[in-house]
Amino acid sequence: MAHIDENPLGRHLPLDPLPGHSSRGRLERVLRRGEFAVTAELNPPDSANPEDVYERAAIFEGWVDGINAVDASGANCHMSSVGICALLTRMGYAPIMQIACRDKNRIAIQGDVLGAAAMGVTNIMCLTGDGVQAGDQPGAKPVFDLDCMSLLETVRIMRDNSKFLSGRKLTSPPQVFLGAAINPFAPPYDFRPHRLAKKIEAGAQFVQSQYCFDVPMFKEYMKKVRDLGLDEKCFILVGVGPMASARTANWIRNNVPGIHIPDAVIKRLEGAQDQKKEGKQLCIDIINEVKDIKGVSGVHVMAYRQEEYVAEIVHESGVLKGRTPWKREENPGDSMVAERLEHLKEGKPENQEEMAEIAAHHPH
Amino acid sequence: MADPKPGNAAPAKKAATGAYTPSGVSPNRRARRSYTIRLWAVRHSRFLEWFYSRFADMFLLLHPLWKALGYNRVETPITFVERNVKGLLFDCRMCGQCVLSSTGMSCPMNCPKQLRNGPCGGVRANGNCEVEPDMPCVWVKAWEGSRNMVRGDAIMNVQKPVNQSLRETSSWLRVTAQAAEAREAAAAARKDA
Repeated sequence: MAHIDENPLGRHLPLDPLPGHSSRGRLERVLRRGEFAVTAELNPPDSANPEDVYERAAIFEGWVDGINAVDASGANCHMSSVGICALLTRMGYAPIMQIACRDKNRIAIQGDVLGAAAMGVTNIMCLTGDGVQAGDQPGAKPVFDLDCMSLLETVRIMRDNSKFLSGRKLTSPPQVFLGAAINPFAPPYDFRPHRLAKKIEAGAQFVQSQYCFDVPMFKEYMKKVRDLGLDEKCFILVGVGPMASARTANWIRNNVPGIHIPDAVIKRLEGAQDQKKEGKQLCIDIINEVKDIKGVSGVHVMAYRQEEYVAEIVHESGVLKGRTPWKREENPGDSMVAERLEHLKEGKPENQEEMAEIAAHHPH
Repeated sequence: MADPKPGNAAPAKKAATGAYTPSGVSPNRRARRSYTIRLWAVRHSRFLEWFYSRFADMFLLLHPLWKALGYNRVETPITFVERNVKGLLFDCRMCGQCVLSSTGMSCPMNCPKQLRNGPCGGVRANGNCEVEPDMPCVWVKAWEGSRNMVRGDAIMNVQKPVNQSLRETSSWLRVTAQAAEAREAAAAARKDA
């Protein structure tokens, strides 16, 4: 029997959308197959050099199921998520493109969704985005034309109904797997599970959570989520990450709203000989604890400026055990690019006048 | 120099450079008043829900009057009254498509991100806004308000994005006109059947 990760007509054929799948991406396949998914976040460069992106992505090469391309996280300027995704898809990586509602109105966003899907992006993550006040340019105009919920709905309508928000038809809809964010660790705690229900109703198929340092609190949240039956309608990835030191943890707790770090975590880091190592161990322990919670489908590892440790953390936690090896495949558009490249390499001089004449006589 | 807001790294960093920072910077340009009346409205959401339903019925009864005068002509004075009444009670931002009944009588347009579907992930542990640390999160309040209301579960509905072309128009008149239209359509359907 053909494996779910293969084209039913033959192993060598490119992935076709499977029945019930909305994208051709690997992340969706891994999740639907019931394997424990691992996603990671790429630290966006402050440069115009593609090498910077490739260097940072190379750390995740092959073993990560999706690389989050962040959209000016924390309202700080970086290379755009569209740009990062263009570079990554060109090299055969599978990015999760984040879209924040802070900087773009609905016209720009719908255009970006089409562009991204055309480049081969198969996962889109819909976020509201931090307020501009949090970032390096607090004088910027906050857009917030859509919110994460209406953004999810907009992309879902584009995909499932082949229509823009205005009702205008799309000739070829974007086939994307839709994600959203959850934060079970911020008030109003009772409303949070219902908010997830709303996101699922709006179109979320997977969610990534904010940093989880308080496992009992997360268990409580998951219990409510299971009571609402939401774990069966959506894949839940838990956000985890290493803390470099007790000082960093303290700083984050006091300065980054929405990240909840209990005292016990800070005490544990403070008491350690090697705080960096302890931070890593803490992250592994949390992964091992949350992976057994019913309804958890994977982890999302955020290791800002510690990306090199992500591999160690994932390897030592052993969550990738028993994975079937997979094969890379090219994007539908790649052969066209390869052909074009060959043509370029020939270095034939182009006579513009002749070419214009040929083009002018082209029947239309 | 403005004192740096606790819990927000960027202004503190800027203040440390010695650069001039005007106090209470808000790119949303809201008139900053205290939140007393807004919070009163949330606490009395059940009463306001009851009151609004009577009020909407009355407005619908007056439909012939609005029609005789012309909805276009009454728009300006009604908008004036609506802006001031709701501005006082809810710090209304005149989005023109009121969802107070679905948001526990806490106006979501006062959220710095203008979220209409629930709180963002940045709510502080004390229930205040991440962007404006002194303001109680409008969605924490919305959830509290909705729990008191008879039809509070409307907060679970997914709201459409704001139609910016309806800004500064009267929500009351639009709702009335739509209700009257629905009533007439229903009457017409009954006659046909």
